[in-house]
Amino acid sequence: MIETSNLTKTFGTLTAVDRLTLSIAEGEVFGFLGPNGAGKTTTVRMLTSLIAPTAGTASLLGHKLGQADTEIRRNVGILTETPGMYERLSAYKNLAIYARLYEVKDVDGQVEKYLRLLGLWDRRNDAAGTFSKGMRQKLAIARALLHEPRILFLDEPTAGLDPEASRLVRDFIADVKEQGRTIFLTTHNLDEADRLCDRVAVFKTRLRVLDTPEGLRQQLYGRQVVFHLSHTAQAALPVLEKLPYVKKIEAMENKLLVAVDEPEQHNPEMIRRLVEGGQSIQFVGELRYSLEEIYLQLISRTETEESDHGQN
Amino acid sequence: MDKIKTIIDKEWAEVFKNKLVLFSVAFLPIILTALPLITVYSISGLSEEEMAMEAAETPDEFFGEMCVDLNEADCTQVYMLNLFTLMFMILPVMIPVTIAAYSIVGEKTTRSLEPLLATPITTTELLLGKGIAAVLPAVVVTWISFGIYVIAVRWMTNPTVFAQVVAPMWLLAVFVVGPLLAVLAVCAAMMISSRVTDPRTAEQLAGAVMMPIILLLLGQSFGIFLLSSELVLVASVVLLILDAVLIYITVQMFARETILTRWK
Repeated sequence: MIETSNLTKTFGTLTAVDRLTLSIAEGEVFGFLGPNGAGKTTTVRMLTSLIAPTAGTASLLGHKLGQADTEIRRNVGILTETPGMYERLSAYKNLAIYARLYEVKDVDGQVEKYLRLLGLWDRRNDAAGTFSKGMRQKLAIARALLHEPRILFLDEPTAGLDPEASRLVRDFIADVKEQGRTIFLTTHNLDEADRLCDRVAVFKTRLRVLDTPEGLRQQLYGRQVVFHLSHTAQAALPVLEKLPYVKKIEAMENKLLVAVDEPEQHNPEMIRRLVEGGQSIQFVGELRYSLEEIYLQLISRTETEESDHGQN
Repeated sequence: MDKIKTIIDKEWAEVFKNKLVLFSVAFLPIILTALPLITVYSISGLSEEEMAMEAAETPDEFFGEMCVDLNEADCTQVYMLNLFTLMFMILPVMIPVTIAAYSIVGEKTTRSLEPLLATPITTTELLLGKGIAAVLPAVVVTWISFGIYVIAVRWMTNPTVFAQVVAPMWLLAVFVVGPLLAVLAVCAAMMISSRVTDPRTAEQLAGAVMMPIILLLLGQSFGIFLLSSELVLVASVVLLILDAVLIYITVQMFARETILTRWK
């Protein structure tokens, strides 16, 4: 669906995107995460054929970038970083203009469909300039979907929105995902990426890691079981630390953190041993690191590597 | 073609909701139509002696070239009217410059250019749409103003003077040279608009486009040179070629990537 090979973009001496190689499957929601200035927007602009790559190749839906740009634009929808609506024109007029530019056959039908879907139908005759930030963002999402694109690029879809508007936009993206469209999502909201994305890439000029959110958790932290005990957990350490499948064990107040590969298999034995060892277990759970913690860990690791590389 | 029409529709919908632009589009034609009418009306009330005094102030070159078969009074009226008729060549240049100067830089400042460029529209379609949207109202308004002016002149002057006002040279100037000048001005304004980041700068620089036309008016007023049918015909051909070249250059100079990545 989206294939890139060593995609590179430089501006003078600055390399914004360095040899990006990706393969995104049909119907996949792909999270593209990275700090400000990492080259995320540049990547989106290249993939939507707004700017040309300096080197490397890419194809979307089998259309090669640089050779079939109009065809690519016809088949992708883009939500740009800022909505960029025609503020003096009504919501309806804004969408009708884009529907015609995207060669939509039933302009009125499609405009009505998306205005209704996004709850803007009653405000269709109001100028876009009178809309709140959330409404403008919804209007921009409608604009990106008018021509029923098979690939949707969403650049920071919930940036600057209040929690309610963010949730509405997120729910709508989930609905779009259900329709089987491929979504390329750049976001700073890692909770959003965790909930919506099938795979995430951490990107800072170069691709740093690429995996499912769960895969990243395991890559960095493995799986950890947390036992909440009724007393301090220090005394329970000797009971479990000798077990061959325990990779790491740590006591924190009344919590015992145990790293194991397959908790489903080993939890019963660990619980039995703790009870036999005189421990009183209040409850057992799996410790899940948020994608934010994983992301920060990865970015920090990247910076350390870069700093070491610079010194060498 | 549909995309060009959509861009024209979009531009007009936006322009005509912008009171400042609307004012600049409407104000000039009203002034440039009213001014000659008031003058013609004043001249038509002058006595023979007053006419002769006016004639004394008219450049001799003008009499030599244009007033061969006219008496002094008629010649003075023709001289005055010709100056105003020349304004109908300036009008289609002045009106669209404001619209065209805002066309690209305006989209940059409202950040609407990126989603627009992400559609399957070609640069030629986009610029043609924007260009036509600027030129067409200017030309139509100019022709309407000229029509009103011609009717008023017919009503306020004698047939000899009127015949000079609607001479083929002036019809060619207003109906051919004027629109060609408008295209020239719009191309220049759009080139400027796609290279600056501030609408005011675009308008100021685009305003400079009008200078050669104003110099032409001054040249005619002071009798430095006089428009003739041959000169207007040559100007039409030269402008036609220039317009074609400038349209090509404008499209070539519209660097989508530079415009997008150099946004501040």
